[in-house]
Amino acid sequence: MMKQQIPRLIVLVFGAFLLFQFFVPHESSEWIYEFLLDWTIIIGVFALAVGIWSLFNVHVEKIKTKKFGWKYSYVTVIGFVGMVTFGFTSQNGQEWGWFFPFVAAVLLTVLMIVQAGATKGNALPFLGAAAFFALCATVIAWLDTTWSFYFQTSVPLQSFMFRRMFDNILISLHATTFSLLAFFIASAAYRAFRARNIMASLLLLAALVVMSRFNPYLEPIFGEHVSRLSNWLMNVPNLAAQRAVIMGIGLGMVATALKVVLGIERNYMGKG
Amino acid sequence: MDYTTFLWTTAGAFLTLCIFSFLYKDNPFYKFAEHLFAGLSAGYFAMILWHNGLIPKLMYARLDDGNWYLLWLDSSKPWYLIPALLGILMWARFSKKYQWVSRFPLAMYIGIGAGMAIPLEMRARVNEQLSAMMRSIDWSHFFGTNGFNLLDTMSGLSQSIVFIGAICGLVYFFFSKAHTGVFGGMAKFGIWILMIGFGASFGFTVMARVSLFINRMQFLDQRWIKPAIAPSAPWWYELVLYFVAAVVVAYAAWELAVFLRRKKNPETNQVI
Amino acid sequence: MNIFERLMQLDRRWVFLLLAIVCVITYASSFEVPILVEPEVRSIFQFIDTLPKGSVVFVPMDYDPGSMAELHPMTYAIVEQCWRKEFKVLITALSQNGPGMADQAIREIVDSLKVPKTYNGVSYPAREIVNGVDYAFLGYKPYPAIVILGMGQNFRLPFPLDYYGTPLDSLPMMRDIQNYSDIACAINISGTNATDYWISYGQGRFGFPLAIGVTGVSTAQYYPYLGSRQIFGIMGGMLGAAEYEELADNAGNAKDAMRVQLSAHLVIIAFVIMGNVGFFATMRKRKRGLAEGGR
Repeated sequence: MMKQQIPRLIVLVFGAFLLFQFFVPHESSEWIYEFLLDWTIIIGVFALAVGIWSLFNVHVEKIKTKKFGWKYSYVTVIGFVGMVTFGFTSQNGQEWGWFFPFVAAVLLTVLMIVQAGATKGNALPFLGAAAFFALCATVIAWLDTTWSFYFQTSVPLQSFMFRRMFDNILISLHATTFSLLAFFIASAAYRAFRARNIMASLLLLAALVVMSRFNPYLEPIFGEHVSRLSNWLMNVPNLAAQRAVIMGIGLGMVATALKVVLGIERNYMGKG
Repeated sequence: MDYTTFLWTTAGAFLTLCIFSFLYKDNPFYKFAEHLFAGLSAGYFAMILWHNGLIPKLMYARLDDGNWYLLWLDSSKPWYLIPALLGILMWARFSKKYQWVSRFPLAMYIGIGAGMAIPLEMRARVNEQLSAMMRSIDWSHFFGTNGFNLLDTMSGLSQSIVFIGAICGLVYFFFSKAHTGVFGGMAKFGIWILMIGFGASFGFTVMARVSLFINRMQFLDQRWIKPAIAPSAPWWYELVLYFVAAVVVAYAAWELAVFLRRKKNPETNQVI
Repeated sequence: MNIFERLMQLDRRWVFLLLAIVCVITYASSFEVPILVEPEVRSIFQFIDTLPKGSVVFVPMDYDPGSMAELHPMTYAIVEQCWRKEFKVLITALSQNGPGMADQAIREIVDSLKVPKTYNGVSYPAREIVNGVDYAFLGYKPYPAIVILGMGQNFRLPFPLDYYGTPLDSLPMMRDIQNYSDIACAINISGTNATDYWISYGQGRFGFPLAIGVTGVSTAQYYPYLGSRQIFGIMGGMLGAAEYEELADNAGNAKDAMRVQLSAHLVIIAFVIMGNVGFFATMRKRKRGLAEGGR
């Protein structure tokens, strides 16, 4: 009862209320609605923390079990712990003091703990080393006044290290990883884009027209027709096609949401 | 450009080149950059969740009068404890025995999401689109609003194509009836329209992917190379550039040597 | 193996190399590609251009560094236009790696406004842009759908503090801004599915004027919303950004990239044609071989 029926009842109550509230925006229902929105954001933050912890766990497991490429998981752990450290600290002036030795001590503490968990033999030396580095980090944090911890304010988001790591390293890595797709799409276009039948030919022609839309070399031959054809293609057949897809998706979403609210769809509960 | 900015940009440029090396083949440089990306990304997201997500909603209540409170037990807003506890219950997912406890906050979340989605998705994706389809066709300007123009998107012909194309596209997705006879003909026209839509999508996708690569070229050129070779730049900036280029060339030479020394099975022509 | 069969089995790394060489050579050259502005981009520019002084424009920047290439130029062009015309700009970043990037963009645009410029024949003096007076950056919260609905009640509901930790009520700009009814329009610039939520949950429930700037991958799927007037404009990918820069007379990275786009497209079209020629040639050879074997 507890494990299955009560969650279904919760889904029904909240789902039905939100559906009802859309059509009856009375002051009292608005008040409850705002409450629920507020709470949902807070619950959502904790739910996302689960994802972050999972990532960390996956890499620690990889190190423990020595799966293929396990040595690179240290890089992930170092990146994660480093970014978190920069995200909770900030300089108080222009001096760095013992900040970087502190960061090194924190990283070594975490690495020793991970190693202690991963080692098949005696973990005590690693735990001892972790305790030593943790003590060093604590002493530096206690005595060094050139930087501070900030847990309750957003000051670290503007700190030098946090900003630089994001602006110069993370943006570069993220953008470049996605830029590889330029080459893969060229290769995919060459290998897979075949006019095997009428439908594939239509797809190919439409793609070629859209890709040629701003090509000035075609203008002496075709005039403005390519760009006008491309504009017509986007605003007429493409619009019709996408409208059909959107309406299909909309009806599907509404049907699924209704099934969830009524308790017919229960995949979100998992097993048991 | 001051030297710290240049060094940080160099680090970003080097990692960019590491990611690009994947285009030749998977290699330690790429693996290092990829794992660093995963770690930094998770760490960054954790900090954003903390400073932007958690602090303003839960801890901010404590900052009003500067007093200390125990966790989220704030006398002015005690009810925030409930979503915090519900959020913590989400973490029960990590326990095999108590996993079912996480269903309660999840059920609340799913119920709110589903309840909100039903009227809003129905309105935006279905009702508004149907309403747009029901506009009258301009019969008096069927072949063009300003004279004969088949590529006029506002002409009656184009409006008819949108209307018929959307209906036929929806017919194609209706699988409860066999696609035969008139119904089958409508479905066939529908899939042709859909193919044109997907072709247009593909054309834009090619543009999208290529622009990601162009941005990386602009970054390497405008933010790294040009500032390094500018007349006002210190002499050693260019040296750093050459050093990174030397690393790239050395790796390329090593790969070329491996490629030239590879042995092939003379019968199957496969690499041994 | 004839030439067509060799072409069919070409290692994809040769394709990568050729594309890279063509892009680098074109980037190093300096010709300009004429930009033809589409009506759906023009409508956004005209809407913003005709707003009265002091209007509040909401620019949700819901994208990650992965979509930065196409969407940053749009952001720069629009926000600079708004600040030159002395509008107030409200910014959020509802994607997980977006807030830092939005912060960086704000800093760079603020720096660019310290220099007087002339756009479309109109001279704009240098301006000092002040946080809390000329703009408010609200930051990030998870689950865009909930946040969008919450902002419709009151911006303070999901965002009691801004990105920098300042209470919204203490920002001079936010004193007269409670929810969407106090903004002139929203220009959602997004590389994620947040645009779907802006259309369904934001514009659908609250009815404010909404335009979108999306990546090229998603552009085609939002045309029906333009047709049904749920949005009043679309900027699609880098081309949309280049068109907006053309209209704003503010040439940036998008316009600069168009020549490379052009040559890359030509190379890919050539690959597609080559692939199809090879495909049909090998198919004919196979059919001939089967026919001869049958005899």
